[in-house]
Amino acid sequence: MVKHYLPSSFQEALEIKHQEDVMLIAGGTDLMVQHRTWSELPPQFDKPLLFLFNLAELKYIKKDANTLYIGSMTDLETLLYHNDTPPCLKDIIALMASPAIRYVCTLAGNIVNASPAADSLLALYALDAKLVLTSLKEERIVSIESFITGPRQTIIKSNEIIKEIQLPHQPFNRVHFKKIGGRKSDAISKLAFLGLANVNQDHQIDTFRIVLNAVAPTLIRLHETERTVEGLSLEAFKHQKDALLEAYNTAIKPIDDQRSNRTYRRQAALNLIRQFIETL
Amino acid sequence: MTTVKFTLNGKKVTLETDISRRFLDVLRNDLNQTGPKEGCGEGECGACAVLLDGHSVNSCLLPLAYVHNKEVMTIEGYAETERYKVLEEAFIHEGSVQCGICIPGMMIAAESLLNQNPNPSETSIRHSLSGNLCRCTGYNMIVKAIQRAAQRGKGLW
Ligand SMILES: Cc1cc2nc3c(=O)[nH]c(=O)nc-3n(C[C@H](O)[C@H](O)[C@H](O)COP(=O)(O)OP(=O)(O)OC[C@H]3O[C@@H](n4cnc5c(N)ncnc54)[C@H](O)[C@@H]3O)c2cc1C
Ligand code: FES
Ligand code: FES
Repeated sequence: MVKHYLPSSFQEALEIKHQEDVMLIAGGTDLMVQHRTWSELPPQFDKPLLFLFNLAELKYIKKDANTLYIGSMTDLETLLYHNDTPPCLKDIIALMASPAIRYVCTLAGNIVNASPAADSLLALYALDAKLVLTSLKEERIVSIESFITGPRQTIIKSNEIIKEIQLPHQPFNRVHFKKIGGRKSDAISKLAFLGLANVNQDHQIDTFRIVLNAVAPTLIRLHETERTVEGLSLEAFKHQKDALLEAYNTAIKPIDDQRSNRTYRRQAALNLIRQFIETL
Repeated sequence: MTTVKFTLNGKKVTLETDISRRFLDVLRNDLNQTGPKEGCGEGECGACAVLLDGHSVNSCLLPLAYVHNKEVMTIEGYAETERYKVLEEAFIHEGSVQCGICIPGMMIAAESLLNQNPNPSETSIRHSLSGNLCRCTGYNMIVKAIQRAAQRGKGLW
């Protein structure tokens, strides 16, 4: 039988991770399904597990003038009901899994699982999230987009643990989230869309973001395209719509799988983008 | 082998076993709690729900280690409470039970909701049941039962 670890401090967890090839487990809502065997038998893991969720040190939501700091073992139900959680992230979490699953699962798990259909990543990409990766000897901060390199691929090193997720405060007065799934809860996205913008008093677009999941190997956010729109008046923006749609049409590369197919995904993605830009 | 300690229905439990085991199996096989059922085994049906520190969780996805130092209540323990009696009366009154296999999970989800929000709207009741599948009733009578329990049980939650 594999020996698993239940550390009582983050320091102890870092030491174990430093010495041994162990698998981190947070809420287990991805891992316990992926490693499931038969009923009544333990799930099958080829490495010892290092349980993180009981580390109270990693359960917090704090803020200062510029940034929201989320401890990596904060569960999604806590985030859903917390006053400081950005509205777009709340909208997304409300349609993730079910209350019973949200009470145990984490953003860190959703991030490292790195599914192209992960929902929380929409907000993390749009809000320029940063991750604090900690190992026994050092700590580094990386952007969410550089962290995820492909489906289920990340740059995390074997001795690192995500300690914190940082979200810079940014105002958005247009928030449009739409998830298309087989049903409202307990459904993995066929695709999902998040559009954010801040339109100022002079009817100019200060900031503009579009993120899509499940239409490419990683989530889609086009920084250069966003920059072509930022600073435009709503009037001038109207003339950019076709170019904008074309940019996303070129960038997305949807696939056929058990949840949907490429034709549907492409059409639905373009419809959602059009709906967002036409109601800006 | 690692030692895990938790409270089950108010009583202290200490176990020495593989802590990656599904909590559902530990409850049913080691602790004789057969109220939680296995429906899907992958987090989608809610038949295995139990209360962890008062909130519903799916025990089929929960590694045993997760409950260390926490308070667990199964439907067996919940059945001894005043709140349960109010819910039971309401489920019977509204005809909310057919085959019954989903009902322990439905009651746990209802308790978890009323614990957070003693005066829930119909929408929040439906949201709170969103992770619980029932193949018999069509859900409406379960929603009605929870509305009735919230009214008749005022002050209990
Ligand atoms: C019924 C059901 C419905 C679901 N619905 C949705 C949904 O609607 N949308 C969605 O996006 N997902 C959904 N999921 C998937 C899953 O719940 C999420 O991906 C969840 O956020 C995973 O978090 P966790 O804490 O349970 O991760 P775990 O399973 O514990 O871990 C996942 C991965 O992250 C790694 N990891 C965890 N914590 C850390 C850390 N601190 N540092 C480094 N690595 C770490 C683990 O090693 C593992 O590789 C659903 C799952 C189920 C079972
Ligand atoms: S058996 Fe646990 S959710 Fe279905
Ligand atoms: S009463 Fe039969 S599944 Fe709900």
